[in-house]
Amino acid sequence: MKALDTWERVLIALVALVYLGFGLTIHGFLAPFAIADSTTNMSEKGIIALAMALLVVAGEIDLSIAATMGICSLAMGMAMRAGAGLPQMLLAAGAAGIACGALNGWLVTRWQLPSIVVTIGTLSLYRGLAQVVLGDQAITGYPERLSTWGNGTLGDLVDRPGLIVPIEFGVWLVAAAAVGLLLHLTVHGRRIYAIGANRIAARFSGISVDRYRFALFVFSGLMAALAAVLLTGRIGSTRPNLALGWELEAVTIVILGGVAIEGGRGSIVGTVLAAVLLGSFTFGLGMLNVSGIVMAMIVGALLVVSMVLPRWLKYGALLRRVRVA
Amino acid sequence: MTRAPLRVPREALLALIVLGIVLAVGARAPVFLTLRNALDVGNDSAILVVLVMGQIPVLLTRGVDLSVASNLALTGMLCALAGKAWPGLPLPAFLLMAVGIGALLGAANGWLITRFFLPSIVVTLGTMSIYRGAIFVASGGAWVSDQDIHPLIKGLPRDTLLGLPAPWWVAAAVVAGMAWLLRWRREGRELYAYGGNAVAANYAGIPIRGRLTMAYTISGALAGLAGLLWVGRYSIAFTELASGYELTVIAACVIGGVSIGGGVGTVGGALLGVLFIGVINAALPVIQVSPFWQQAIAGFVILVSVMLNSRAQRQAGRQILERDGGLAQGGTT
Amino acid sequence: MTSKTHSPVLTLRGLHKRFGPTHALRGVDLDLVPGEVLALIGENGAGKSTLVKILTGVYRPDEGEIRLDGERRRFDRAQQAQELGVIAVHQETVMFDELSAAENIFIGRQPMRGFPGLRYIDWPRMNREAQQVLDRVGARFAATTLVRDLSLAQRHLIEIARALSQQARVVILDEPTAALSQSEIRDFYGIVRGLKAAGIAVLFITHKFDELFAVCDRYVVLRDGASVGHGTMSEADEPGLVKLMAGRTIDKIYPSIASVPGEVVMQVRGLSHPTEFDGLNFDLRRGEILGFYGLVGAGRSEAMLALMGLNPAATGEITIEGRRIAIREPADAIAAGLAYVPEERQRQGGIQQFSVRHNMSLAALAGPRRPGAGRLSAGAWLSARRESALAERMIERLAIKTESQHTPLSGLSGGNQQKVVIAKWLGLDPRIVILDEPTKGIDVGAKQAVYQLIAEMVAQGLAVILVSSELPEVTHLAHRVIVMRRGRQVAEFAHEHIDAEAVVAAASGLQPAPSPGGGRIVPPGPLAELAA
Repeated sequence: MKALDTWERVLIALVALVYLGFGLTIHGFLAPFAIADSTTNMSEKGIIALAMALLVVAGEIDLSIAATMGICSLAMGMAMRAGAGLPQMLLAAGAAGIACGALNGWLVTRWQLPSIVVTIGTLSLYRGLAQVVLGDQAITGYPERLSTWGNGTLGDLVDRPGLIVPIEFGVWLVAAAAVGLLLHLTVHGRRIYAIGANRIAARFSGISVDRYRFALFVFSGLMAALAAVLLTGRIGSTRPNLALGWELEAVTIVILGGVAIEGGRGSIVGTVLAAVLLGSFTFGLGMLNVSGIVMAMIVGALLVVSMVLPRWLKYGALLRRVRVA
Repeated sequence: MTRAPLRVPREALLALIVLGIVLAVGARAPVFLTLRNALDVGNDSAILVVLVMGQIPVLLTRGVDLSVASNLALTGMLCALAGKAWPGLPLPAFLLMAVGIGALLGAANGWLITRFFLPSIVVTLGTMSIYRGAIFVASGGAWVSDQDIHPLIKGLPRDTLLGLPAPWWVAAAVVAGMAWLLRWRREGRELYAYGGNAVAANYAGIPIRGRLTMAYTISGALAGLAGLLWVGRYSIAFTELASGYELTVIAACVIGGVSIGGGVGTVGGALLGVLFIGVINAALPVIQVSPFWQQAIAGFVILVSVMLNSRAQRQAGRQILERDGGLAQGGTT
Repeated sequence: MTSKTHSPVLTLRGLHKRFGPTHALRGVDLDLVPGEVLALIGENGAGKSTLVKILTGVYRPDEGEIRLDGERRRFDRAQQAQELGVIAVHQETVMFDELSAAENIFIGRQPMRGFPGLRYIDWPRMNREAQQVLDRVGARFAATTLVRDLSLAQRHLIEIARALSQQARVVILDEPTAALSQSEIRDFYGIVRGLKAAGIAVLFITHKFDELFAVCDRYVVLRDGASVGHGTMSEADEPGLVKLMAGRTIDKIYPSIASVPGEVVMQVRGLSHPTEFDGLNFDLRRGEILGFYGLVGAGRSEAMLALMGLNPAATGEITIEGRRIAIREPADAIAAGLAYVPEERQRQGGIQQFSVRHNMSLAALAGPRRPGAGRLSAGAWLSARRESALAERMIERLAIKTESQHTPLSGLSGGNQQKVVIAKWLGLDPRIVILDEPTKGIDVGAKQAVYQLIAEMVAQGLAVILVSSELPEVTHLAHRVIVMRRGRQVAEFAHEHIDAEAVVAAASGLQPAPSPGGGRIVPPGPLAELAA
């Protein structure tokens, strides 16, 4: 399935518009440090958006992904309190992510349950568990290296102060490249598209549908773990409301990026562009001191508009035909 | 209506489970079995009942309305602000406002979904944020605190009629109205039909867009009504009011046997779902379990009920073989 | 064309309908007279279902006129046709499983009571009236039964009851007896006669000749989308009708099968399922076309799904080329050289949104696990070049009519879509190809092409299982025919011994059928020693 199509070109234009618009009106928006800063939050959300994109292309959804991030951060913190070193902490986060994803995957494939209701349930369950363990406390005191990963730049890693690209951004780009290659250039990606387009026909054609769906949920948990590690490193603490509401942002990024909610269509390039668009836009709003609630409101409006627009304009029909090839 | 033999035991089973929990907790802490406690559970649950009744028509049509909590909070805030600005408003005005604004917000959902053929989960995910943000815009981020809440609104939970608080009566009226719609009106039966088989519904000439818009408008109207009750009960209005509550509403519905796949569900079952959640939440402090468990338990219960429901509805392969197996020897029909 | 005694209630003149490149109806004329049963005859793909969809308001004709009681009408919505009294009863009933029979009959028009402003459904009256009309059509179940708990024959009765209760003037019966047993069919004829007596005009679509002569008064023949002949049944005969339907002598449609079955390539023993089929035993030979005949719902597709690993509850022993193969999922079956072209093209066979090229490569994505066969990918990496080459090769080999390999599957006609689905499997170089109702709903030209394809497949040494409910297909193409009824294997016929009556009888259970193990008819002559 094509990675760069009409919708992606529209997104590129919109990104340029945002940078131009805010660049001219907000002083300092285009300063290198500001741009670098804007990419950190964007990268964390972008990482979970990658996994969400794969799931939505396959015809599923994971509304528990942000809650999973909370569990992973919690696992990391608990490992730290138990005296573990950084590698074991990362392992704990990863294992927690895999476990959360595997539960989703098991319920969806083994019990044939719709993923929307399963992940609404696990969303409550995981958030609730984090609340039970932490109450209204927080875990702090993470090792410095973790903070570097979250806040530092690539220049810090290779000892070149001029390289101000944040580590988080680099991690995200590498992940995006890998996921993009998978989806667009491998048989696995093609099968994922088939599963989303027509699950029954895919199965009849010999594709192991349930195995792929299970794997995608586990992958979602793993990406949640990765994002959780970076986020926890950046803000330096674990709270039960870590990444609260991020599942909505992830879905918005994916839909805005051109992935059809019914499955079978979409690209990773679009997802990445949408993350950049949303991230830079909200960063600019933040510089204008717009409150978080209003920003969420704008994100919600963008979600709705991004779905209505293609179906409203006549070229929406053309878009659908072009993007099938 | 003939109930399928499988479904009556399931709702009876749920009722038994609830009874079991009540008795078990009551054994540990007898205060749980008092009338006072029952009234408290009822009071807390009245608002949830109203919201759940609104969600049923949406779920029946294979949709979901995630914007109800934001709708509730926005309408509640607007009523509170109105009450603060115009102290002379009578109670009917507030009721009208609440239902009217809520209905408008719900109709907006219905319009987006039917006009553009959009999936309800994504649309209501979006309007959930939009409505929530609108609260901030309307109130400027300020709270409307106890002294500024209109006395008529504040008084709602305390007004009694025949010894029962007003919210109970509101909830009872809403339940009766929804039961009426779903069983005694064509519009309600058509919701079941559409949720069961959208293609057949189209062939049968059912006005689908009208019915779907009706479902979301009802959901919104009842969310607005619940908003008024909420502001009255807690005597406060602020931006984050009832944040996340939509999941509790859906949990109660799913536990009560209203299927997320559409076409299945009853008012009675949904009420049992509300009762279940109300009893659990009331039981937690009594048996000294931290209220922090509430959300985790809600999630766990959703998962278990969905698993159990799917069991009941799962079909084995088609029955092609004759049960007496006497055909291989060849015989006439 | 009009009867001398009554004027027609519904007339069609010069109806045309196109779907993109396909010209589905090219001028259809017919008259429906009250109290008469008009047979609509034609092969698969002749345009019958398109015509029915126009009559029920699902499609609108591009040209031509429809007159109801002499007045020109347009059926803009399905609802409109129903309101005007034109009701169709389809083979696959479209009903609300979770609602009762009574509700299904009265959905959208339930009787109400009460005051204006406070009206509510009159359940007792609805149930009573529904029961009355159900009794009229001979239904033996309560109106309050949930449709979920009823059989296909019973659902048909509900549809007819619904038609009657809607004061139908025209009832269209579309292959209504495909899945019914002989006794249920006899009951059904009685109902049709009842509709006639009530002054209703009946349009009866079937391709079973005995039905035509049993219940129909007149006929209209459709071929390639045009009405090519009409008359009264009393003056018609089967060969004449067949000639009108086919437009050429029947032998030209079916290619001659020159191949002779070779050694056994697959042995199936004890293929069973808890509820769908039991004890299936058969062999399949290289170069052989093995027909599986039976009524709709006999369990043939379910058995084939089991061979492909798509039916997890099935058990049995499958031996391919001498090796026991455990088939637990489709990948196992594919690796063993099996391929399955499913019955429902749109839902199971191909992905409508995908392009022709992407559909063709679907099964071959990682390459078959058998050595020597072509691969589409280098490991996990897709090769656009190889994929494109495969698509071009298949388009040419199967003569698929498409603008390009990038056209979405939905843009092709039914027949060409079917070719794409078959191409998908041929690309895997299979040993055994199972075709499930391959010519369902496709036009005559495409049918011929599919038959030719089958002939070529077996000529190259493939083995083909042909599941079909079309007797002529099976009798002309198959080397052997296995008949299934109610999930069991009830008869087997070798080509020379195929007797249409005997096959149909075995499928409907009219007479005692030869038991599967013993009565296998062994062809005489040089093939005798091959029959194990």
